Amino acid sequence: MQKSLLIQPVKCTGCRQCEMACSFEKERSFNPSRSRIRVFDIHSEARFVPYTCTQCAQAWCLQACPVDAIKIDAATKAKVVNDNLCVGCKVCTIACPFGTINYVADSGKVAKCDLCGGDPACAKACPTGAITYVDAEQTGYDKMRAWAVKTDTQSHTHA
Amino acid sequence: MRRAPLSVERNELVHHVIVGAGPAGVTAAETIRELEPEAAITLVGDEPEAPYSRMAIPYLLIGKIGEEGTWLRKGPNHYERLGITLMPGRRMTGLDPVARRIGLEGGETLAYDRLLLALGARPLRPAIEGLDLPGVHTCWTLADARQIAAGAVPGSHVVLMGAGFVGTIVLEALALRQVSLTVVEMGDRMVPRMMDEVAGGMLKRWCEAKGVKVLTGTSIRRIAKALVPAAEARDSLVVELSDGSILPAHVVVVSAGVRSNTESVAASGIGLGNGILVDDHMRTSLPDVYAAGDVAQGRDFMSGEAHVHAIQITAAAHGRIAAYNMTGRDQAYHGSLNMNVLDTLGLITCSFGSWQGNGGDCARLVDQTGFRYLRLEFDGTGDVVIGAQAVGTTDHVGALRGLIQSKRRLGTAVKEQLMADPTRFMAGFVQTLHR
Amino acid sequence: MSWTGKFLRIDLTKGTVGTEELNREWARQYLGQRGLATKYFAEEVDPKVDPLSPANKMIFTTGPLTGTAASTGGRYSVVTKGPLTGCIACSNSGGFFGNELKNAGWDMIIVEGKSPRPVYLSVENETVEIRDAAEFWGKTVWETENGLKARHQDPMLRVASIGAAGEKGALYACIVNDMHRAAGRSGVGAVMGSKNLKAIAVRGTRGVTVKDPDRFIKATIEQKKVLADNAVTGQGLPKYGTQVLMNVINEIGALPTRNFRDVQFEGAHKISAEAMHEPRVTDGKANLATNGACFGCTIACGRISRMDAGHFSIATRPQYKEPSGGVEYEAAWAVGADCGVDDLEACTFANFMCNEHGFDPISFGSTLAAAMEMYEMGVLTREHTGGIELKFGSAEALVKMAELTGKGEGFGVELGLGSRRLCAKYGHPELSMTVKSQEFPAYDPRGIQGMGLTYATSNRGACHLRSYTVASEVLGIPFKSDPLATEGKAALVKAFQDATAAFDASGICIFTTFAWSLENLAPQLDAACEGEWTPDVLLEVGERIWTLERQFNLAAGMTAADDTLPKRLLKDAAKTGPAKGLASGLDKMLPEYYQLRGWTPDGVPTADTLKRLHLA
Repeated sequence: MQKSLLIQPVKCTGCRQCEMACSFEKERSFNPSRSRIRVFDIHSEARFVPYTCTQCAQAWCLQACPVDAIKIDAATKAKVVNDNLCVGCKVCTIACPFGTINYVADSGKVAKCDLCGGDPACAKACPTGAITYVDAEQTGYDKMRAWAVKTDTQSHTHA
Repeated sequence: MRRAPLSVERNELVHHVIVGAGPAGVTAAETIRELEPEAAITLVGDEPEAPYSRMAIPYLLIGKIGEEGTWLRKGPNHYERLGITLMPGRRMTGLDPVARRIGLEGGETLAYDRLLLALGARPLRPAIEGLDLPGVHTCWTLADARQIAAGAVPGSHVVLMGAGFVGTIVLEALALRQVSLTVVEMGDRMVPRMMDEVAGGMLKRWCEAKGVKVLTGTSIRRIAKALVPAAEARDSLVVELSDGSILPAHVVVVSAGVRSNTESVAASGIGLGNGILVDDHMRTSLPDVYAAGDVAQGRDFMSGEAHVHAIQITAAAHGRIAAYNMTGRDQAYHGSLNMNVLDTLGLITCSFGSWQGNGGDCARLVDQTGFRYLRLEFDGTGDVVIGAQAVGTTDHVGALRGLIQSKRRLGTAVKEQLMADPTRFMAGFVQTLHR
Repeated sequence: MSWTGKFLRIDLTKGTVGTEELNREWARQYLGQRGLATKYFAEEVDPKVDPLSPANKMIFTTGPLTGTAASTGGRYSVVTKGPLTGCIACSNSGGFFGNELKNAGWDMIIVEGKSPRPVYLSVENETVEIRDAAEFWGKTVWETENGLKARHQDPMLRVASIGAAGEKGALYACIVNDMHRAAGRSGVGAVMGSKNLKAIAVRGTRGVTVKDPDRFIKATIEQKKVLADNAVTGQGLPKYGTQVLMNVINEIGALPTRNFRDVQFEGAHKISAEAMHEPRVTDGKANLATNGACFGCTIACGRISRMDAGHFSIATRPQYKEPSGGVEYEAAWAVGADCGVDDLEACTFANFMCNEHGFDPISFGSTLAAAMEMYEMGVLTREHTGGIELKFGSAEALVKMAELTGKGEGFGVELGLGSRRLCAKYGHPELSMTVKSQEFPAYDPRGIQGMGLTYATSNRGACHLRSYTVASEVLGIPFKSDPLATEGKAALVKAFQDATAAFDASGICIFTTFAWSLENLAPQLDAACEGEWTPDVLLEVGERIWTLERQFNLAAGMTAADDTLPKRLLKDAAKTGPAKGLASGLDKMLPEYYQLRGWTPDGVPTADTLKRLHLA
């Protein structure tokens, strides 16, 4: 069954264990600035919101890539950047209307959530269950997906 | 305008001809294949290489990738596997909409059921004396890149004409080849159509600090052969500037803007503006003829008017929309959003939408010494962002597109936050997204 | 690995920025943070230095586990000579600043000298600059933090700064990072102000690495589970925060009230954790908006409070209508019970003030309590207070005095002296509830006897965070001891002091010790850091740190005579509760404590002790 990340901001305490887990998984060091998931502190509303790629059906990043460096993983349906092909042109970073694919100056390439091949480190590290990896139908991304469609330059809703 | 017929029999083999093997054409071909597994698809390109990305040429020039790295699609036998017939190196010469066929160089014709004109654009060559001299190149095709790469060796004098978007991308590649580079731009700043005075000025200072000479408000009067061999024998050209001064040069790269490739269809009766006019379904004025990418003049998201947006993201979106409509699906396009990102010797800049604003509220933060700048433009006194520019910021910049294109209402509190510190746009975006 | 191995030396007098290699030998002996910085400080600074003179230094320091995935691994400390106490000061803070500094590639920053004009220090990885802060001088902590983020155009910038209290030298001014986390005690903010250093702004993107990543991850996962499974760290603290103690401590008769005249507060429940959860009558909302974690913390005890928009204190203060750092137990006690105030909103207001202007709510509340007592005695009058009725229980007085103290105006200047100096000035030194000039926190030594010895011997003046025997005497961690007994407390205090010093040297929050001992800390350190880190090694490190601090204080002029409590606690028995009739039995514990420490009866470490700890 297709799974995706379920993020429940109300459970988040803002501890950033997810950011550390992500950067450790990808970089072997604890470096929140390299995390592909970010926790936003909505101070004025006393809320913390973990935020990452929804692996949206529109796949803006993939569509925008001029060198075919982003592919859909067959098993997880994650949009995955191939570092060997990415030239670092950053077009995907302005194309993604969610702001979840970012340029990394040190590597000269872009980075985004790839669901860790189906075993996301952020979900494992979250101490409060604010981030879980569950059947796609349950995810709170419905709202975001609906919004994504609104952002879409097309009016269709094919997936 | 007549709609594309929807009554095509299932078993009837529809032939989609796509002219132009850039991002718009390739995306359209692939999308048609997704939608119609059986249809015949022919992709005609006028260059000999496998379909490649012009966006990637600068990375080829600096040696970050080889020519294969520029290819739009990497899989082995990608087009063959998808059943897309590639016809490389074939220039289209004419279109007969009544006979429903196009003419190709050499007299051959190709019949179509649906035609997509993804003819792209080409560099403008301003009427300046000496532009045809050896050593003067545009930087547009892989063939151009090979020539520039051969001439622009470390230490050589290179003059770049034009610091527009494409010119500035080329600038980066040239500077990284360690040439002695002078940029000549007619406008009062670099990338005047992408950024305001503050950002353009910052970019100029940055380039100069990196050893690139930038002459704004200056034009090239003429280019001539060097009469007396200069101290450096390589400098076979002299470039005369509008202020009368002279620059010796080994290579001159011309990047003075682009224009849509409409000549081959000019006689067909197709509706033309700056490019081929298309409606919100990417339909041209001719039946069953569509246009996409740099050649298409279509709906602009912000104004609703028809503009040519010669950018990668628009080309891919056009290609997809066209494919849907060519296969009988009713697919309207909300319009293309103008946006660009540049990395100029490490200074990353981007702009989105109506970055000049419409005279409404504007949030700006300028750090001249730190080379950082952010400008957000709001729709009048409202709480909707309509344009943005950023210098030195890369994290989450896509959300600026999201804010603009979703026309999301931020609410008073978030708008106030962003007016005080526009760099918090991502937190504001997430805040409104998760309300 | 785990240490970055580099630190910054900032000379504000000369305006220079230097980098140095970390002394690895010292790191093996003192681990990091509180320990290692104290070693550097003691080596470099004359113990008799005037704390507010350019010759004093201050060290912002992380621990080896700061910036790692170890739970609560986000701490940093500020080590200096405290202007409130004249002792070694080490104030520890959470939030996100510590991780950012470590991620920028620095174990610590040694700040010395005095800038001729207001400046801030900008640290963006290897790019370190002393920059002009004229536009921020006089601004609040909140304005400064937001202003620096905007100036650097980086919402991820982390800032530690001082407000007016630190600029004007309030002796218990603190350094606030991330809006409402603070290196709170002993006046470290005043030292920063004396150096004309408004803030340190840090951005770090270099990453923190550990010795054996796989073993480290395994160890941290195991230990996070221990925290999650523990009733205090897994349930009590996340839900109620430290405020869970208010009703508990009141019930056992150890909640100092009205400047320690009483040990139980009739209004305790109104300012308790439970009250923070209850919907207010006025607006139907709870004071507590959510709990929030510091960097890497899987406990998340932090309180984020939203004030009652209709409360009289914030009518003209729109920024206080937004959620911010709510009261922790010590703060709620100091501005609440100790001042006899039972208005939770007024306490929250005072706490916001402390955060916004940068001063320690414990010392402030305690000093105000002493002032209130002098006011009720007629020693202080409305002439002194600028017309304010300084009566116990007055929320209006609390609110007004918090503002004046934060801004360094009016009677607030006098309150900024701290309780000992204020009481001495008005001829009543006996009313100052302090040790070594630092105000007590929220546990009455008559009702919790071990805390009397804790306060008396604390190296930074009265403090609960140096040996939290409340854990044993009240909560039964790691074993239950009788809070009213003095027997065994000397050993308990020594054990807690040494273990706590090791935790404070590691980058880990002391609140983990409700669930963790050194047995839990050691495997994480051992996987992260070069060297071998066993519980025994850590215990020795802790004792070495403690003894080094003691030596510094002795050299600074402290003697055994300073290891004492105010007469009120030694002579006046508790009037109510389980401790009724009991005063502090410090005299029964102190000699044994010295003996257990291997100190002379005058409280001086013997030559043998120093040798054993490799301190001589």
